[in-house]
Amino acid sequence: MSIMELNGGSVIAMVGKDCVAIASDLRLGNQALGLSSNFQRIFPVTDRIYVGLPGLGTDVHTLWEKFRFRVNMYTIKEEREIEPETFAHLVSSTLYEHRFGPYFIEPVIAGLAKTPSGGVKPFIAATDLIGCLNFAKDFVVAGTASSKLFGMAEGLWEPDLEPEDLFETISQALMNAVDRDAYSGWGCVVHVITKDKIVTRTLKGRMD
Amino acid sequence: MATSSVYTPAGFNFSNQIRNTFLQERGVPLPKATSTGTTIVGCLFKDGVVLGADTRATEGDIVADKNCEKIHYITDSIRCCGAGTAADTEFTTALISSNMELHGLSTGRKPQVVTAMTMLKQMLFRYQGHVGAALVLGGVDATGPQLFTIHPHGSTDKLPYVTMGSGSLAAMAVFESGWQPNMTRDDALNLVKAAVAAGIFNDLGSGSNIDACIITATHTEMLRNVETPNERVQKERRYVFRRGTTAWKTESVRKLIVNEETTIIGGDAMDTS
Repeated sequence: MSIMELNGGSVIAMVGKDCVAIASDLRLGNQALGLSSNFQRIFPVTDRIYVGLPGLGTDVHTLWEKFRFRVNMYTIKEEREIEPETFAHLVSSTLYEHRFGPYFIEPVIAGLAKTPSGGVKPFIAATDLIGCLNFAKDFVVAGTASSKLFGMAEGLWEPDLEPEDLFETISQALMNAVDRDAYSGWGCVVHVITKDKIVTRTLKGRMD
Repeated sequence: MATSSVYTPAGFNFSNQIRNTFLQERGVPLPKATSTGTTIVGCLFKDGVVLGADTRATEGDIVADKNCEKIHYITDSIRCCGAGTAADTEFTTALISSNMELHGLSTGRKPQVVTAMTMLKQMLFRYQGHVGAALVLGGVDATGPQLFTIHPHGSTDKLPYVTMGSGSLAAMAVFESGWQPNMTRDDALNLVKAAVAAGIFNDLGSGSNIDACIITATHTEMLRNVETPNERVQKERRYVFRRGTTAWKTESVRKLIVNEETTIIGGDAMDTS
């Protein structure tokens, strides 16, 4: 048994047309035994940035509190909200600081960056457990179902999906992947971030 | 000066070490980090150096990133290709790049490639191979074109053509048969491309595209994705789901646009005539 599979859980993020989506399952388990079907592992960093923290349950909370603290310090010092790319580097540096005694978390970041012309640019990123950043242009996945999510997303994703279509694509990719993973599932939550609103939905799916 | 209670010291943090070694002793293996099972190469030519790399990052047997960047910036005329643990190559080169900038500012001269090489090998030796970075360092300085390899334990080589990573054998085969002294820029670039391509097609740890970087005394040219021999073809069908396919239970909408309405309470409206 690997420590990454102790509590289970998976996260996926996708880019759409002027929007991003991040989704996760809601299971918290102790190996094969399910403990909770409402374990939130996606957190809002700012109005336009969300972070998903799949991995060891205890580290989900420890790391999120650490990020919240560091983002608050950044906001106070800089007197502005943090940008998604900056936040990704904050996550990366925080994890690499623990290079020789890591947190067992593989974060996924999704957000909308501000452009100089006043528009928004979709941004997604993921890191491994010691903070190696992966800036993808299409989708990023992490967690116990990552191998299945890679397959689903590779097949279903296409460029420039509208927010409503992106919701369907990410939901189907996630649900069908976690249904083939014993350690993920027990409900799903999807956040679709657009310029002027964030739609959060919980999905109806298998609960076994 | 008193430091605030929120101060975090620089350098590595070992606060999880006790917990993680406890888990390891209980027989829980530590998870794998992203590694760049890589082909990275470098070769000298008449008036400079060419560096080359593939763009695949792997996590075990999964391709984690199909188009990552492995040629890292050190200074304007020095670059470094990284193989091994991806996070280590990324952060080690960033740290040395930053120290090289400060070194250049303090000496008032263009820093030499050997300086970067010495900084890198001293750091890697200090960490006794635990920082898993295998590097190809190349650049041009006052002493001419320079090319080095740096191994994770801190040993270095200075050679006219070098390869590293899991695809190093395939790439070296190409160099051994094709390299000549005093090559032209185009010949050198083509040789580097052929060497990386050998890694991409013959080594499972390497793949996707070719990045190259040509450094001469006057100019540094970063050729990102100079060859893309593994382009994904257009999907023949669209796999978009009809809207409403996914059944959902609850929905909450967080509006980011603030509506402002002015209500005049009592008094006369302002005379605007």
